Amino acid sequence: MKSSVITFPGSNCDRDMDVALTKFGFKNKMVWHDDNELPKSDLVVLPGGFSYGDYLRCGSMASKSKIMQSVINFAKSGGLVMGICNGFQILVETGLVPGVLLRNKYLEFICKNVFIKLDNKDNPYFKNLDKDIFEFHIAHNEGNYFCTQDQLKEIEDNNQVAIYYCNNKGQTEDQFNPNGSIKNIAGIFNKEKNVLGMMPHPERMIDQSLSGEDGSLFFKNLINNIK
Amino acid sequence: MKISAIITLKKDVLDPQGKVIHQTLDGMGFKDINEVRQGKYFEVDVKENDPSKAKKIVEDMCKKLLANLVIEDYQIIETQ
Repeated sequence: MKSSVITFPGSNCDRDMDVALTKFGFKNKMVWHDDNELPKSDLVVLPGGFSYGDYLRCGSMASKSKIMQSVINFAKSGGLVMGICNGFQILVETGLVPGVLLRNKYLEFICKNVFIKLDNKDNPYFKNLDKDIFEFHIAHNEGNYFCTQDQLKEIEDNNQVAIYYCNNKGQTEDQFNPNGSIKNIAGIFNKEKNVLGMMPHPERMIDQSLSGEDGSLFFKNLINNIK
Repeated sequence: MKISAIITLKKDVLDPQGKVIHQTLDGMGFKDINEVRQGKYFEVDVKENDPSKAKKIVEDMCKKLLANLVIEDYQIIETQ
């Protein structure tokens, strides 16, 4: 299975993602933002970081970079595109997934492990996973998911919420919402479910001795789903 | 000619920075504030010299990059 990780100026989770994808069997290529052509891929990942120094709005410049036209075409033809953290911010700026990511409600950069709950498994990313609650890592300043009431209705009607922030029991009360996101939303799909944007970092949870292995479960399952 | 654009958050969007600025001003003794909203100001010097055409160009920039219309509104001002 072939994957591509796009590196933008200021990306800093691109190599972590490369390590994670390679560890679980992907043949991964790193792709520079200024390239025109995407290599043949089964999965394209927009990694975390601070592309273009977060100037203007997080992800706004990166969403207009050369390679993104190929990524958008790939997504529109049904290809799997996953944006993590800054990658999620880039995805919302392209319009591939609805909504925006605002500054965290309490104006602090948040760097900690959180629990997330999958909303539905009828998609290529979560299909066949045995459990619903995962422990992933978040590290962001602008992760406060926001959309209009009309968009929210459409998102919910189409089952586009990918994951919610919760506690270890899967409760999604306000107190388990780290950043003020509407309805504790931590990740969103496009309508067709081939594009996934989420703030939490699965690639930081792939080593038992360092972090825990919930990310390993995610990547192992993902490559099996794509095969 | 120079065209300016002011980008502001829409009414319903939470502006935590504006809130903190409000509180700080309040702490400094500015007691008669209803609300503070923070925005962005751009000055674009375009090669076009026809005011209405120049404004159109900058408006297009606002729609495509400078503003995110999900959360922000823009206002175009002709400066010179």
